[in-house]
Amino acid sequence: MTNQNTISRESDLSGGEYKWGFVSDIETDLAPKGLSEDIVRLISAKKEEPDWLLQWRLKAYWHWVDLFENEAEPTWAKIDYPKIDYQDIYYYAAPKGTNEAPKSLDDVDPEMLATFEKLGIPLQERAVLAGVAVDAVFDSVSVATTMGKQLGELGIIFCSFSEAVKNHPDLIKKYLGSVVPYTDNFFAALNAAVFSDGSFAYIPPGVRCPIELMTYFRINTEGSGQFERTLIVADEGAYVSYLEGCTAPFRKTSQLHAATVELVALDNSEIKYSTIQNWFPGTKDGEGGVYNFVTKRGRADKNAKISWTQVETGSAITWKYPSVILKGDNSVGEFFSVALVNNHQQADTGTKMIHIGKNTKSTIVAKGISAGKGSNTYRGQVQIMPGAENAVNHTQCDSLLVGDECSAHTVPYIEVRNPTARLEHEASTSKVSDDQLFYLMARGLSEEEAHHMIITGWSRDVIKELPFEFALEAAQLLKVSLEGAVG
Amino acid sequence: MLEINNLHASVVDIENSEILKGINLKVNKGEVHAIMGPNGSGKSTLANVLMGRPDYEVTAGSVVFYGESILGLRAEERAHRGMFLAFQYPAEIPGVRPWQFLKAALDSKAESRGEDKMSVRAFSKLFDEKVEAVGINPTLVKRSLNEGFSGGEKKRNEMLQLEVLQPSLAILDETDSGLDVDALRIVAEGVNSMRSPERSFIVVTHYQRLLNYITPDVVHILVKGKIVRTGGPDLALEVEKDGYKEYLAAAGANA
Ligand SMILES: Nc1ncnc2c1ncn2[C@@H]1O[C@H](COP(=O)(O)OP(=O)(O)OP(=O)(O)O)[C@@H](O)[C@H]1O
Ligand SMILES: [Mg+2]
Repeated sequence: MTNQNTISRESDLSGGEYKWGFVSDIETDLAPKGLSEDIVRLISAKKEEPDWLLQWRLKAYWHWVDLFENEAEPTWAKIDYPKIDYQDIYYYAAPKGTNEAPKSLDDVDPEMLATFEKLGIPLQERAVLAGVAVDAVFDSVSVATTMGKQLGELGIIFCSFSEAVKNHPDLIKKYLGSVVPYTDNFFAALNAAVFSDGSFAYIPPGVRCPIELMTYFRINTEGSGQFERTLIVADEGAYVSYLEGCTAPFRKTSQLHAATVELVALDNSEIKYSTIQNWFPGTKDGEGGVYNFVTKRGRADKNAKISWTQVETGSAITWKYPSVILKGDNSVGEFFSVALVNNHQQADTGTKMIHIGKNTKSTIVAKGISAGKGSNTYRGQVQIMPGAENAVNHTQCDSLLVGDECSAHTVPYIEVRNPTARLEHEASTSKVSDDQLFYLMARGLSEEEAHHMIITGWSRDVIKELPFEFALEAAQLLKVSLEGAVG
Repeated sequence: MLEINNLHASVVDIENSEILKGINLKVNKGEVHAIMGPNGSGKSTLANVLMGRPDYEVTAGSVVFYGESILGLRAEERAHRGMFLAFQYPAEIPGVRPWQFLKAALDSKAESRGEDKMSVRAFSKLFDEKVEAVGINPTLVKRSLNEGFSGGEKKRNEMLQLEVLQPSLAILDETDSGLDVDALRIVAEGVNSMRSPERSFIVVTHYQRLLNYITPDVVHILVKGKIVRTGGPDLALEVEKDGYKEYLAAAGANA
């Protein structure tokens, strides 16, 4: 690591006086490029974080430096990308005018709202009409939270991560890093050090969250990375369904996105987490696009259930394995995924189900669609620990090929350390057939519509797991993402 | 309505693969034509070529539908103009509901004609009516299109589509094969009830028994890619009795 302003590690952690070596203007909304201890401190200071959080970030930072120096950036995934220059990235970028958190939509920059409109996210209508509370993270700072009041009456907390640090420090302190510690992996360490913002939700015991909670993420500033952090805690007997949407504008240079999501499902609770990931996939020729390295994991306590549903159509590179630690007896983990790659996109995605408790049950339905020159890998791990009596896993893993230049790979790992476990694994690979296409076209559908119908039909088992409005959006996305691959 | 002249067709990218060797056929408005012929004579190929299947290449001849050549049109454009093919082997499409598929088919037809799309409500009503009319088990249409359907169920599903889409020219490729007696009657009743001065049918069949229910105006015998004989309903009875030996011998001698 190069860092002109480095203070020794010891003095870092001592929390003594600190001088911003490089930042002439603390009011700047864009910190200089590069990663250093100073940047970590700057981010923490900008957010007026308590010292314990700064210390946590710094520990994560130094852990990351160690990993970096030991070349521990993971290389096992079937993805191929130029080496990331971590010093050529902006780690903090706040949209103008958001130094003060907006109190209502009126306080939000109209241009920002216009951008949301363009993305088809009419914040106001969508939030209110569809009964979705939206927490939108624009670059790094959360710009709007709606429906807060209604939720507040139920004791539900739904806000940006930064606000949660300010207003609910005990909850953050208790659960931050409890499922994904900063030592977990290279990107988790990076995220812990520099995470900018994200969402926090807490559902009190016995409360069923009456609406879908939703966050929209967007990377805006050129050359900036995005490192959001999401933490959702369902207290005993609570239920919540959470939606996450992601978009990024067209950029010829690649952008790094390294997010972390932690879910904590306490006894008898349920968390349903749905993602539509449509980060910019790069141009047709493979220029630019988002590098999406994401760590998502949930812990399910006794009788708790965690479901991950994802529709992944964006990003040049996807490295993502939403997982469930089935810690409590009778806990349930689910993973439903459609990953689509087109042009030069590469996805290496799947899940990990770690069975610890007795009678734990997991279901994996992973569907990969490959088109263009895309490469799609399912990587899944099912681990049955010695104490997991009568654990059950069902894995279904299907690939669909569109065209001849794409590829699909399946890498299932299974580790069984308890003989009472029952595991089933089904896998298939198919192609869109001429018979299917002609059948639909003979009824009046265009070739593109026919392809789309076949592909969404094939993905149905996953899409039907999404909340209704999201399901429509997902089907639409599959269509748009396949443009140019068919017809 | 439909005029086929000297139609020759081969399989794309396979040399010397001519299957249709000069078909001539004229179907007027309101007529029902039956096409019979031995296995492999080219009946399904003719049906597919008429519908625009890209696997075949027309090497000579013309097909005129409502006064316009349709050979340059894609399958969906032919469908929009009122053609319909009930497939001999309907494709299975996982995850697609018959309802959703038919609504999309109707919508795209309406769109191409600049008409309003049918409301979901009106469509649901129509769909349910037709499901009952063709005697499809209602649980079947909640499943994936044709996936795991029995042979007869697939054929009934083709009839359902025919009845919903109400085309002006319906080509039925062995829709009667593999049907039990009741289903056969349903197919026949469907066709008969849809018969109108504005609508024509080409019914490909191996069995005279269908023609007991649907009285064709004209019967053609297709052998080795050519129509070798055309006649009235009695021709079907003749074939039932004598088979195709005579025609095959003649076609062989000509070849
Ligand atoms: N796509 C194709 N590629 C190669 N050969 C084909 C193709 N389509 C049809 N054929 C051949 O053309 C001939 C006519 O086939 P077709 O399916 O039209 O017969 P048919 O009259 O419908 O027979 P059946 O009564 O058995 O349904 C057969 O020999 C068949 O193998
Ligand atoms: Mg045939």
